[in-house]
Amino acid sequence: MANYQSLDIVRRSASTEVSPGIRNGTEMEVAKLIDVSRCIGCKACQSACEQWNDLRDDIGHHVGVYDNPLDLTAKSWTLMRFTEYENPKGDLEFLIRKDGCMHCADPGCLKACPSPGAIVQYANGIVDFVEENCIGCGYCVKGCPFNIPRYAQDDRKAYKCTLCNDRVSVGQEPACVKTCPTGAIMFGSKGAMIEHANGRVEDLQSRGFEGAGLYDPQGVGGTHVMYVLHHADQPELYAGLPKDPHISPVVQAWKGGLKIFGLASFALATIGSFIHYVTKGPNEVSSEEEEEARDEIAASKQRRTVSREVRL
Amino acid sequence: MTNLWMDIKHADVVIVMGGNSAEAHPCGFKWVIEAKVKNGARLIVVDPRFTRTASVADFYCPIRQGTDIAFLNGVTRYLLENDKLQHEYVKSYTNAGFLVRDGFDFKDGLFTGYDSDKRDYDRSTWEYEIGPDGYAVVDETMTHPRCVMTLLRKHVDPYTPEMVERICGSPREKFLHVCEMIASTCTPDRVMTSLYALGWTHHSKGSQNIRSMTIVQQLLGNIGMLGGGLNALRGHSNIQGLTDIGLMSNLLPGYMNLPTDKEPDLATYMKTRQFKPLRPGQTSYWQNYSKFFVSFMKAMYGRAATADNEYAYEYLPKMDVPTYDVLRAFELANQGKMNGYVIQGFNPLMTFPNRAKMTAALSKLKYLVVMDPLQTETARFWENHGEYNDVDPTKIQTEVFELPTTCFAEDEGSLSNSSCWLQWHWPAQPPPFEARTDIAIMAALYARLKRLYAQEGGAFPDPILNLNWPYALADEPTPDELAREINGYSLEAVTDPNDATKVLLPAGKQLDSFAQLRDDGKTACGCWVYSGCYTERGNQMARRDSGDPGDRGIAPNWAWSWPANRRVLYNRASCDPQGKPWDEKRKIIEWNGKQWIGFDVPDYGPTVPPSQGVGPFIMNQEGVSRLFVRNLMRDGPFPAHYEPFESPIVNVLAPDIQGNPCSRIFKDDLAALGTSDKFPYAATSYRLTEHFHFWTKHARVNAILQPEFFVEISEQLAAEKGIAPGSWVQVSSNRGQLKAKAVVTKRIKPLICDGKTVHVVGIPHHFGFTGATRKGWGPNSLTPVVGDANIETPEFKAWLVNVEPTSPPAMV
Repeated sequence: MANYQSLDIVRRSASTEVSPGIRNGTEMEVAKLIDVSRCIGCKACQSACEQWNDLRDDIGHHVGVYDNPLDLTAKSWTLMRFTEYENPKGDLEFLIRKDGCMHCADPGCLKACPSPGAIVQYANGIVDFVEENCIGCGYCVKGCPFNIPRYAQDDRKAYKCTLCNDRVSVGQEPACVKTCPTGAIMFGSKGAMIEHANGRVEDLQSRGFEGAGLYDPQGVGGTHVMYVLHHADQPELYAGLPKDPHISPVVQAWKGGLKIFGLASFALATIGSFIHYVTKGPNEVSSEEEEEARDEIAASKQRRTVSREVRL
Repeated sequence: MTNLWMDIKHADVVIVMGGNSAEAHPCGFKWVIEAKVKNGARLIVVDPRFTRTASVADFYCPIRQGTDIAFLNGVTRYLLENDKLQHEYVKSYTNAGFLVRDGFDFKDGLFTGYDSDKRDYDRSTWEYEIGPDGYAVVDETMTHPRCVMTLLRKHVDPYTPEMVERICGSPREKFLHVCEMIASTCTPDRVMTSLYALGWTHHSKGSQNIRSMTIVQQLLGNIGMLGGGLNALRGHSNIQGLTDIGLMSNLLPGYMNLPTDKEPDLATYMKTRQFKPLRPGQTSYWQNYSKFFVSFMKAMYGRAATADNEYAYEYLPKMDVPTYDVLRAFELANQGKMNGYVIQGFNPLMTFPNRAKMTAALSKLKYLVVMDPLQTETARFWENHGEYNDVDPTKIQTEVFELPTTCFAEDEGSLSNSSCWLQWHWPAQPPPFEARTDIAIMAALYARLKRLYAQEGGAFPDPILNLNWPYALADEPTPDELAREINGYSLEAVTDPNDATKVLLPAGKQLDSFAQLRDDGKTACGCWVYSGCYTERGNQMARRDSGDPGDRGIAPNWAWSWPANRRVLYNRASCDPQGKPWDEKRKIIEWNGKQWIGFDVPDYGPTVPPSQGVGPFIMNQEGVSRLFVRNLMRDGPFPAHYEPFESPIVNVLAPDIQGNPCSRIFKDDLAALGTSDKFPYAATSYRLTEHFHFWTKHARVNAILQPEFFVEISEQLAAEKGIAPGSWVQVSSNRGQLKAKAVVTKRIKPLICDGKTVHVVGIPHHFGFTGATRKGWGPNSLTPVVGDANIETPEFKAWLVNVEPTSPPAMV
């Protein structure tokens, strides 16, 4: 839930209102950097997320892997995904990636959302769901190229990581960053995070990870959650992190060409009706039709009385 | 730890073997990551499983559990063969040149003097040759056929890379790569730290596992150095405090020990505890034993401890056996020889080996008292939980008392961490409901016992009636009062030993340090190593100055570290014999011509000049560290490879000596050992990062993160047995069985040992039948009752099991 003012909002879903965007450009763009090569998969971030956001997921079952809960839910906004990978040299690598909202610069969820103001983007880059505006259509789920938002069955609204915007708005780092014991999760300006990542990439290359690099996919305009990967050339290794994520063409079409086409059809239909009214005049109701309607109302009243008696 | 957590950042090489620090010590592990990120350190992991620590390692080498000595003796052999030693360090700071008595030998898996009936050694030849001057004879050239260096070379000679591969299942080229990485730290400007935990101690030769790495670190000159040392990562926030305060059946606080029944008087007791120097001019600080001991007795018995009654020596229990460790205690309970048990803060039903024996033993007690903040399985051992705890409550007559205690965040006191820091903490909130502090419960118990003894007498009421109890509120001594008593205080004025008119400390004052202790009854001190923690300047443990001059990771004014607020033990060895740091960028202390100065409290006489030739290992009678540990360990002066008591292969080095020849094993427990024809797989147990012992399974968040018991097997074993990932398996040993979900993983691989395929089965601790997690079992349903030869730590890390697919347990 948003803790920001409208002045911070630079984009809002399904809205023709122009955001004032007054802080756009003056507010620092933030980023969370997850250095996968420093992560030990301890799940302290999961625990901190549950505690800060007062989320308590169900106590699940063990299904033969370390991932618990098994997937993101409306009550689990982040989780570790574990992958056992045998590299071409024959050595095992245990790749552990903290999954959660990437806070895209060009967010597919926001683009797909048909409810005005249910998804907003702040000047600092955080993409946030405003649940009271959410109509529970689930389009954001389809719109996300990272498969992040989850739909809650009980209140029929969508949830995901807020990048702890309540903490960030008062100058604190997200809860997962604060708790990470090995400093694998860092937080700061996007520029500073990229700079730090470059140093880490260099270190990883010195340790033989030639494909090391920063994951900041440009297909979604870059992200405000980035990864340092040992194998940035093969992000799919990390539990299917997409190599070149894009907003789905369906959403692009729906909010692009189709939207224009839809609006045009709507306008044409309106104009057509008006012309029809001018040329043909209003519809008239005949006395037979009035009679029929009265009978119908009487019958339905009787049905309602009967059914109430049955219930009693 | 010889060093401290923050110091790990200075390492060039970090080896994690016998531990899994990323999972078991995730917060401390930040310093390993710091070393990697800021110091370019390389991390080596040697483990039967590819752990989460291995996931961030630069190099992983597999090993069969219980073969660490073979591996590390192989490393020692590599260092000696390839001359990868810190020569000057070895020559000046170790006992490499000391001559060993004629007659000492090691043959067919045994050292000289073995008595198979007693399962013990006559250790008389395991000693230095003493010269006419009364001191040990040393050959400076380290070439004498009976000098320690020569004997060490001979001892490790069989541990060739081929032999290491044959025993440990570690591929030869991987083993050699580890050797090269370790050997890279033999220069004075490169240092390796060794991080270990229960993966080394939970063996029938746990102490010797640690010894074998100690030898490696001495040869490399890595002890006493910043970024070096041998670092035991403790499994509990205050388990270091447990050993310091001596909460073992045979110990007194500060690493002193209880008398045996062969020591009827104080003079006899002290005779074997004189610790005279074995080389001229050495410090041999344990020479002060009588000061520590008498001051302890004064703290315990106050005015009742006098010179005339040998400071109440007769009040102390005299041991008739080496220890009443937990294995012996529950053996006695099981034989019906122990009637009651007071359990304070642990969960033996789910912890100690052979759970069936534990249940039987607990069922034979008349009473059981459980003091714990949580509902432990032990307190409910009598309750039927279907397959998970299949007992008949009507057949168990043990009376169980549960006394709810406070949690760490609900009381005040100090915790001693792995770095030997005593950190004071304050309650965050009052305890819930009827919970009381352990101190209040014990004080109330004492008051009642004392009243009963006073009223009714008894066989020997004196130690109870005369106990010194100087607290303002007898019912509830405060942690502050106890801390002051532990630090010690002067009963009379303490004067300069060389000038009786010079008063060093007036009467009735808190001691500044253990240097002020006296053995004439003028001082009282609860635990000499803690002396200095609460002085006239106040509670030193409550200090919170994180300032760290020189960025050494020492922060001398943060809390208080024993001994004497020293942070890096043996730091004199960080300088060469002339007192100059081996490596300027790792400077801790140095000799400035008049005294030792630097960032840490010198582990040495502060004004003793280097020219005096006093060795840096001031606690040792030799003044140097020990490659050869004399007769101080029961099972050998050098570590030798033996198989676990249950092992899939025979001891290829000495086929007649399978397990540690000195480990004690009771008759029934010996009969309960299984063999590899019925139980072909090598099992090991461990902790998971999501949980802390049996504690966090009571917390919902942790239960969400790791909800259910499982075991881990390789893809190959799963295929062989037709086990699908996530399906139910039954794991059995000769002592019991359990059911668990199967994790089928690439992280465990079959090993080839002595030409035979060995499958490893991993079984985590933590789960039980109380708490928020799903009901499950623990490895102790299966583990054998045998312990380390020196300290009886059970062999939880290596035993034999069978694994079969099975049906889910019935719902309860």
